[in-house]
Amino acid sequence: MASTIRVRATSSGDNTEVQALVQHPMDSGYVKDAQGAIIPAHFIQQLTFEHAGKKVFVADWGPAVAKDPYVKFSFKGGQKGDDLKISWVDNKGASDSTIAKIG
Amino acid sequence: MTLSLDRSIVTRRLILRGAAAVALIGLGDLPLPALAAANDRYPEDAFKQKSDADAIKSLYGKSAEASDKVKLDAPEIAENGAVVPIAVTTTLEGVTSISFLVSENPNALAASYVIPEGTLPSVANRLKMQKTSNVIAIVEAGGKLYSATKEVKVTVGGCGG
Repeated sequence: MASTIRVRATSSGDNTEVQALVQHPMDSGYVKDAQGAIIPAHFIQQLTFEHAGKKVFVADWGPAVAKDPYVKFSFKGGQKGDDLKISWVDNKGASDSTIAKIG
Repeated sequence: MTLSLDRSIVTRRLILRGAAAVALIGLGDLPLPALAAANDRYPEDAFKQKSDADAIKSLYGKSAEASDKVKLDAPEIAENGAVVPIAVTTTLEGVTSISFLVSENPNALAASYVIPEGTLPSVANRLKMQKTSNVIAIVEAGGKLYSATKEVKVTVGGCGG
């Protein structure tokens, strides 16, 4: 199955810039469907980035993060070819993870 | 009608349960302000708070002061409240956490990021906004909170059906 996580991690020598895009509905729990029934809240709660066994970034999200969430950050270190592990878990207990190569 | 009534009861129960958990932790030797950035536990209680002030207090246990060292990048006008690109960067040293709040959303706290040592204090993301509102960026640095606020006008809300 294709991963829900798309990552671009680019090393500039000193720093690694990471951009991640996750496929997820991020339902807020305030929106109604065509029949007028409330669509229950369904959103990613935590998205974690690990490099060389160390967490370099942890995102705690509420339902106000936009659908198919995007995030960008940078960390010191990280060489071309290094692994970057990304994982998320949502409020229904679903999860996904992937390993991206730093380019 | 019944549905919304049920919802509010459930929410209140959850808040009570959350408050009880906080009280239990408070009895231990862990000082409350250390909760925010010290661990990776999801701050469920903070995300349930309605107002920005309550959310900040729940998340960090203290309040923030405005700082021109926090640069909040958000549009003047968001044509689509469902996807509003918002970024923050700061020249402050020793940053441990960055959070985003939308004051007029049903729950003010939108996202909170742990910034471990070695990660740059700069984050870009996309948030939903129900209507025109102040957007607040909070930066925790050296155990203190600094903030920047900007009003974003929303022409089409991101929470309507």
